[in-house]
Amino acid sequence: MTVSRFRTIIYTAAAIVSLAGLADATYLSVQALTGETLGCGGSPDCFRVLGSSYARIKGIPVALFGVLAYFSAFTFATFAAFGYARARMFLIPTICAMFLATLWFLYVQAFLLHAYCRYCLFSAAVTFLLTGLVIALPTSRDTPVR
Amino acid sequence: MKRYLPFVIVALVGLATLGSGAMLYRAKRPHVLAIPEDKTKAVKSDAEAPHIRGNPDAAVTLEEYGDFQCPPCGMVAAFLGQIEKEYDSRLRVVFRNFPLHMHEHAREAAIAAEAAGLQGRFWQMHDVLYREQETWSKAPNARELFESYAGTIGLDLDQFRKDMDGEKARARVDADRQRGESLGIQLTPTLFINNQPVEQKDRNPEGIRAEINAALQKKSQS
Repeated sequence: MTVSRFRTIIYTAAAIVSLAGLADATYLSVQALTGETLGCGGSPDCFRVLGSSYARIKGIPVALFGVLAYFSAFTFATFAAFGYARARMFLIPTICAMFLATLWFLYVQAFLLHAYCRYCLFSAAVTFLLTGLVIALPTSRDTPVR
Repeated sequence: MKRYLPFVIVALVGLATLGSGAMLYRAKRPHVLAIPEDKTKAVKSDAEAPHIRGNPDAAVTLEEYGDFQCPPCGMVAAFLGQIEKEYDSRLRVVFRNFPLHMHEHAREAAIAAEAAGLQGRFWQMHDVLYREQETWSKAPNARELFESYAGTIGLDLDQFRKDMDGEKARARVDADRQRGESLGIQLTPTLFINNQPVEQKDRNPEGIRAEINAALQKKSQS
């Protein structure tokens, strides 16, 4: 397998994984906008996280930023898979920013709120997977992978 | 063709996200109606008589449909006491039960509050239930705790147990729930100020104060 083929597979996988994150973030955004986070499926832990002040930035649900981030990651990964070099340049910083944001949200859940929301943990898992895929990208151009 | 394919894929995913988000939003958005005039007039039976705290002739009525096991209802209860003090005789608070099925002990808690109400201590039980929400919500046998709260607020325990098992308290809870359902309520807390629903975003101390002030202003102008 050539490096460029391996890269295409990685970018395609990243695009597919981003779709899972996009679906999760869209669902969370709708929940926040309809006020359903207040009910939160009867889970006090979920309410503690999604109803907390950390779940909004200046009144905007952070899940909406998540939608934007996952959609950007999907877009860049798709274009990169089709060989657009500039998309590759944007994909890595986007996923780095998402990784840092995920670390912050995990810290908030674990140490400030002492509660976890399963949708947020799913999103964290997706971001970690995306980070793993980006790390797995080969750096050299033409050497065969195997 | 291949050149345009990523644009097509990204556009399709963008549209699908927007479309599914909009559909989900429409499906989940609560459509709470204002309380109609005929429902604000004299109640048909004892089971429909509301629990009122504050001046019965106050200019502003804040009506809450609450679930004793719902954490946001506990938060509202925590700051509502302060708001009641601030507005004093200008505000009366009405509480109606809307126990959600997803909360294991919510219905039993509502019945406990109504059983306390049959001995004239509804609001004392209301306050204890919200204050101790985290404890009894996780208890396997919440009823034992409700009985201990009944003892704490000075209820006749034998009578409280009879009322918990009796029809009267249950009928009141059911009547409140049916009334809430007829208004399109799905979530708790759902608040009304002078029969107009309070939006989700205003269910905080600042939002509620703003709504009460607006209702007072409207009242003084009319």
